[in-house]
Amino acid sequence: MTLREIKELLDAEVLVGQNQLDKDVKSAFVADLMSDVLAFATSGSLLITGLTNPQVVRTADVLDIAAIIMGRGKKPSPETFQLAEELNIPIIATKYILFEISGRLYSKGIRGCIEKVGSK
Amino acid sequence: MRVDEKPIYEGTFTVTGGNFDNAGEVSSNIKSVLKRMGLSRDVVRKASLVAYESEINIVSYARKGMIRLRVVPESILIEAIDEGQGIADIELAMQPGYSTATDKIREMGFGAGMGLCNIKSFSDTFLISSEVGKGTYLKMIIKTNNRSLNS
Repeated sequence: MTLREIKELLDAEVLVGQNQLDKDVKSAFVADLMSDVLAFATSGSLLITGLTNPQVVRTADVLDIAAIIMGRGKKPSPETFQLAEELNIPIIATKYILFEISGRLYSKGIRGCIEKVGSK
Repeated sequence: MRVDEKPIYEGTFTVTGGNFDNAGEVSSNIKSVLKRMGLSRDVVRKASLVAYESEINIVSYARKGMIRLRVVPESILIEAIDEGQGIADIELAMQPGYSTATDKIREMGFGAGMGLCNIKSFSDTFLISSEVGKGTYLKMIIKTNNRSLNS
């Protein structure tokens, strides 16, 4: 699925990364705990979160995350926005809650970047 | 890693304790340095992750510290050295889920008690020593599996 299709599906706003809407993604990870993201998320996945501080972008950068989806109507702080622009990491903001985001994406073929802990 | 081996890269990065706004900046710099060397994505990712968790630990629990990076063709050495509260029980601190994090740390999305476990699991060699009231020393080695690096 492209970021453009995700934007439509989630009735979302692309706050950073308008130039990357053709980027294709196949997997995702959901968490508000960045240490869990670091432990389990894989590169090229979507990071779905309700956290809005700059550490979300730092974490996404470390892992080569394809895009950050901020749910529950959350918007990045000015520092977060600036850092995402600097590191060129897309931020997509939507009012859907994380469960809805996940369900909608799953129904369109996006899968968890791992199925269970301890599996590949 | 042989001690006498001439490094391709050697650098020290200062980390300030309590500076939550810039936490992760050093790791981003380390990532850029490693990327430029032409290391594989997987190796860069592991090293940046290890540096990032170490940096978060210094910001969260120490007064000040530094991260030293040394790259030789076969491996990346990352050392995180801090002056701070230290760790009383290392075995306990290494347990997944064990944490002494403050609310400030948890607000950032850390403090879940996964930091040291993550550092250990993404390193090929991991060493930790600590003295209460003095500070903590972490040593991590990540193999590069790569012999053709740009200096």
